[in-house]
Amino acid sequence: MSNASSAPQHSTALPNGWEMVVGLEVHVELDTKTKLFSASPNRFGDEPNTNIDPVTLGLPGALPVLNKHAVELAIRLGLALNCTVQPSTFHRKNYFYQDMPKAYQISQYDQPINIDGFMMLPGDVRIGIERAHLEEDTGKSTHIGGTSGRIHGSDYSLVDFNRAGVPLVEIVSRPDIRNSDQARQYVAELRSILLAVGASDAKMEEGSMRCDVNVSVRKPGEPFGTRCEIKNVNSIRAVGKAIDYEARRQIDVLESGGTIRQETRHWDDSEGRTHTLRTKEDADDYRYFLEPDLVLLDPDQAWIESIRASLPMLPAARRAQLATLTGANKESESVYVIVERGQDEYVSAVAQAGGDAARALVYVQQAFAEEGSTPKVAASDIATLTQMERDAKITATQAKTILSEMVANGGGDPVAIAAAKGFEALDTSAVEAMVDAAIAQQADAWSKFCAGEEKAMGALVGAIMKASQGKADGKVVTAILQARRTQ
Amino acid sequence: MSTPPTGSNPARITSEVVAKVAKLASLQLSEAELELMTSQLSGMLDHFADIDKLNLSNVAPLAQPFPLKNVFREDVVVAGVDRDEVLAAAPAAQEGRFRVPPSSGLGEQ
Repeated sequence: MSNASSAPQHSTALPNGWEMVVGLEVHVELDTKTKLFSASPNRFGDEPNTNIDPVTLGLPGALPVLNKHAVELAIRLGLALNCTVQPSTFHRKNYFYQDMPKAYQISQYDQPINIDGFMMLPGDVRIGIERAHLEEDTGKSTHIGGTSGRIHGSDYSLVDFNRAGVPLVEIVSRPDIRNSDQARQYVAELRSILLAVGASDAKMEEGSMRCDVNVSVRKPGEPFGTRCEIKNVNSIRAVGKAIDYEARRQIDVLESGGTIRQETRHWDDSEGRTHTLRTKEDADDYRYFLEPDLVLLDPDQAWIESIRASLPMLPAARRAQLATLTGANKESESVYVIVERGQDEYVSAVAQAGGDAARALVYVQQAFAEEGSTPKVAASDIATLTQMERDAKITATQAKTILSEMVANGGGDPVAIAAAKGFEALDTSAVEAMVDAAIAQQADAWSKFCAGEEKAMGALVGAIMKASQGKADGKVVTAILQARRTQ
Repeated sequence: MSTPPTGSNPARITSEVVAKVAKLASLQLSEAELELMTSQLSGMLDHFADIDKLNLSNVAPLAQPFPLKNVFREDVVVAGVDRDEVLAAAPAAQEGRFRVPPSSGLGEQ
């Protein structure tokens, strides 16, 4: 998974003082065994129409019955997003489309299960969560004929209802996002939370996590501008690109005297641009009404509290804990990467075994990218390696070599590997002698270095490393050179 | 939504609104049917207006008429229906899927 997505980056500023206002609607498929209202399997990748039943197909007389586990996962997610869980109802959202045989989608409307949450982003940016409600997914259409596999111009469509009725939670943010970095951070953090609480596998490439992006622009302090909704944004990288493209498109329209129409646009990732999908005049009139076949969902407080008590530590808290342990910044890339890989407990185990936590963080980030949350190398051996480096028994370069060997072999005793490779640190007096020899040989570099030309130190260090056959510790050499200069 | 007019024989809903709802529901109504529906819906709204006149400040809103809540199903798979049997009942099928006419895409959410 792209670690870079969570690390802070910088989007370019918009021209002429424009500001973008962004809200995200993210749909996630819940990780249940069955559908939201029927007992057919919720499973990706099966043969078409093999996970269907009368409820899925909307056959006459078929009645929906709510999946308790889906409700529990929705509450877990809501609590993890700091939402209030409230009594809720289901509505029919009526529209005609081939992938929805009932001609309505069962969703939540004015009484959603989770409301009023928030998420914190780097820099203490707070993004409000308006709601996180339950609804059913639709089937999947494949458009055949025409030129592009798109709806328009196709000859006919083939429909697979395996996905129809799969439980979804739609998480609607408040329009609190002000640039594409924050949007990417929001999606990455939401994905981490989904994985941490086990609500969804959150695979954007398989469609189990899908983003719709609402973008408008304004001058700061002015009311919100007219917004466009962008569909088909299928990766964290695409979220950032689509937002930046769309904001600039709207600014171009406004600055050339035009107006923004409220419409739905389609992100074309290969072209890097958005297209009009449809304008929203009265297409949004879904004639919602209460689903008469379902009753009130009113989770009792004891159930909600037992779910709250079963929540794992969330990514933000784990990053804070790892930062405290290692002395790193909680918003640093290494802290994000290690928690995203689930290796923070491993770093903690290294520290508990007497290792240096800060060095362990660096080793694990550099060498354990392929290792998952339970690396094969024993934490106690990594602890020993950090001690050897800290005590200057080996150099940082030698430590890296030993670490690579340990990872390649799935473990090993760093002391034995160091001995086998002939890594033994030189004692300080030997290094001092080499420093003095280098000063004598490289008189020119030495005088430049003494005159304050820091670059000249490179030649001196190089000569010393050569004389020591790489066994001298670079940090020790540098320290001795600095000390000699001030003597 | 604006407050319906009060007084004798109020027009609580116009035929334009009924025509719009019919269109959204993909119903094709003749002029006579449109007139009939408009008058019937108006009558229903009259009834709601009567209820609105009651003092209901002590009555909680009712989401459902049933005295039930939290009706759940455990998350256990039960065999569904046979694909071939279902597809055989469809007007057209291809490659294990339902074959349907092209859509305008206007209904897609």
